[in-house]
Amino acid sequence: MARLFEYQSKDLLKKSGIPVPEGIVVSSPDEAAEAAQRLGRSVVLKAQVWATGRAEKGGIQFADSPEEAHKEAREMLEIRISGLRIEKILVEEKIDIRSEYFAGLVIDDAEKCPVMVFSTMGGTGIEEIAQKHPDKITRTSVDVEKGFREFEARDLIRKTGLSGKTLTRVSRILAKFYQVSQKYDARSAEMNPLVLAKDGSVYAADCHFVVDDYAVFRHPDLGIEVAREFDRPPTELEKIAYLVEKNDHRGTFYFFQMMDEVGEKENALGFNGAGGGGSMMSMDAVLDQGFKLANYCDTSGNPSAAKVYRAAKIILSQPHIKGYFASGSGVASQEQFHSARGLVKAFFEERIEIPAVLRLGGNYEDLAMDILHKYLKDIPGEVEGYGRDNAPEFCAQRMKTLITENQFLPHKVRPIKEPETKEDVYSFKTPTGEIFIQHDQCRTCATQGCIKACAQNILKLEQDKPILSISREEAEKGKCTECLACEIYCRFHEQDAINIHLPIPGLKEYREKVIKKQKK
Amino acid sequence: MSILVNENSKVLVQGITGREGMVRTRLMKDYGTRVMAGVTPGKGGQEVYGVPVYDSVKQAIEECGELDISVIFVPAFLVKDAALEAIDAGVKLAVLIPDRVPIHDVLEIARFSKQKGARFVGPNTLGLVSPGKAVLGMIGGRAESAREWFIPGSIGVSSRSGGMTSAISYYLTKAGLGQSTIIHVGGDAVVGSSHPEVLSLFEKDEETELMVMFGEIGTTQEERVADLVSGGRIQKPVVAYIGGKAAKSGTRFSHAGAIVEGSRGSHESKVSLLKQAGVHVVDAVADIPKKAGQLLKERENPR
Repeated sequence: MARLFEYQSKDLLKKSGIPVPEGIVVSSPDEAAEAAQRLGRSVVLKAQVWATGRAEKGGIQFADSPEEAHKEAREMLEIRISGLRIEKILVEEKIDIRSEYFAGLVIDDAEKCPVMVFSTMGGTGIEEIAQKHPDKITRTSVDVEKGFREFEARDLIRKTGLSGKTLTRVSRILAKFYQVSQKYDARSAEMNPLVLAKDGSVYAADCHFVVDDYAVFRHPDLGIEVAREFDRPPTELEKIAYLVEKNDHRGTFYFFQMMDEVGEKENALGFNGAGGGGSMMSMDAVLDQGFKLANYCDTSGNPSAAKVYRAAKIILSQPHIKGYFASGSGVASQEQFHSARGLVKAFFEERIEIPAVLRLGGNYEDLAMDILHKYLKDIPGEVEGYGRDNAPEFCAQRMKTLITENQFLPHKVRPIKEPETKEDVYSFKTPTGEIFIQHDQCRTCATQGCIKACAQNILKLEQDKPILSISREEAEKGKCTECLACEIYCRFHEQDAINIHLPIPGLKEYREKVIKKQKK
Repeated sequence: MSILVNENSKVLVQGITGREGMVRTRLMKDYGTRVMAGVTPGKGGQEVYGVPVYDSVKQAIEECGELDISVIFVPAFLVKDAALEAIDAGVKLAVLIPDRVPIHDVLEIARFSKQKGARFVGPNTLGLVSPGKAVLGMIGGRAESAREWFIPGSIGVSSRSGGMTSAISYYLTKAGLGQSTIIHVGGDAVVGSSHPEVLSLFEKDEETELMVMFGEIGTTQEERVADLVSGGRIQKPVVAYIGGKAAKSGTRFSHAGAIVEGSRGSHESKVSLLKQAGVHVVDAVADIPKKAGQLLKERENPR
């Protein structure tokens, strides 16, 4: 789920009329001193980091002067909290606190509705408070059609013993909080603590807002880079992968890295699962064989061959992995030949030297196996394909055997080659790339098999050369499904005259950096 | 019997002219599902594999008579509108195939279907199949493989993972154990028909003698099943497998539901509550057919 930092969450609250302490976001000691100067009073410095309990880890400091703010900021920017570097600090006016409350919104999967939770005992350790003092916590289900109105908030809060102005102030804030949670599609949201100051005013002193991944598209203003749940900011490779997912809606592609770096001698795999349940089962099987996983990846939901190709290229951008393991449920409804063709194109281009075990069971698995075995027999790495009757445990054992036979050779990342543009080349755009056909080579073609290979029937012969039988616009808009069949046919049976260029923005530069490191 | 869908169910496909809509309409028709009509706004008057296309659900019902079920293949951000339209027109079951439907949209659909006395499966579901009768959605891929993988029988299958729905059913078939209805409840945190709701339907279904449940970490679905079993509201035997033992908290494995929140939703919580209630929890998926076969034999020949 897309988490927001505290300062971003507070921005949303402020815009919806919920009072928050006056504050300024900074990223250097000088800026911190300047912010303290501008606020003109005692301040608190708060590390902007996705970690709980930051106070005990040095992530919250107080300063009575700009000089002190400078010093505290300098120290804070050097530490790591739960392994995370601090890039931004929120400098806020210090509030004289009388009481701390908790207010939150969660979604109840049993009742299928939002639930508002309120407690007069806020601050750290809200879970323990809930267990020890259940009477201090109240909750109510919200009817999404009616919303959560101020009188409902009052009725909820009065049960905790609040009264007078505080009752009305907190109720107003809670009703607004529900509205902002709805407006920004909160998967969960909490103000903890919501504080009552000594002067009687109420502020949201801290706020955590998590936006539903699936609704991030409605909120471009939030600037969320990767709408996926991470407990840390995304890596560079994860950002590259997310762009692929975002730009190709056919099927799912989900990628995250599970190791910072794979050592040359470390027994780690590149993992390509399909479907959550099947992937979990397959991961358990390889973990049982003593492997580590460099990454998690899911290509499911009937992805295009192009998407699986890009997934494989991204997985193979991780140096030192010892093998490539693909396995899902084994009885997939998706058309497995798409995955097979995507993998063939990627593995062939990469000339991988590490072994691969590809369990592509399910719909059209015979065709998928045929494609894998026929076209990948000549690359340096050993490739074995399996179907639904081979269990993940068996495939994990095969992976182990092949890696041992390959003497634990670590994967070497290669540079991305740009397509060569020669003369007499016919080309047209596809939904996410471009197809180049080297027409001069077609003269010696005996079979014209690319025409038959095209499942969409969008190629025809003109003077013995393949060209589009539909308009270029139609091809680009999706009549060409990027199934890769024409390229694979031509490469392995004929002239190698067809090249489908499927760019992955950022990957070329990323690999250059990896290769530089590899050489050291 | 079977639950939710059978050979008589009259089915509508919303988004029938799209890539998935067309392919899956063919699968459903080939399998024997009674696909009566399709809807794509603006494309009324066309035909997809002999199925007439209309501009609205109400129009489809006016022309074709009452429709029981709508299978929805529209893009995720249009699912809410499509589902509300179908339920408003009187459809009693909506099957929401797409992935990535915003959770607040799902809550609205839930609110409206409750008011109208309708039900929905999904979102993010492969669909469901009553073997030998009808398939809804994309489960099986092709009619040919659906016929090979699933056979009629007395086991109700409910799963939170799409791939595992097919895998488990296929392993049951290989062991000679047929299925009454197979349902992928969907991988999201909030789904229209969760395990406890599906298992309660199986409990009432005469044909179903035993249920198999594939659970996962996250959500409270499996805990609620444990409540139903210990409260005596589910009495037929249940065989369960819970995935995600190795998953760390916060790691999602593609399913929005697979987030461990406190002790509720964790692997341990689910397994221990289910075991206490008397559910047969197995440690490996491969053990499901064995256990199910053994329990069915005991039911036939009570000692």
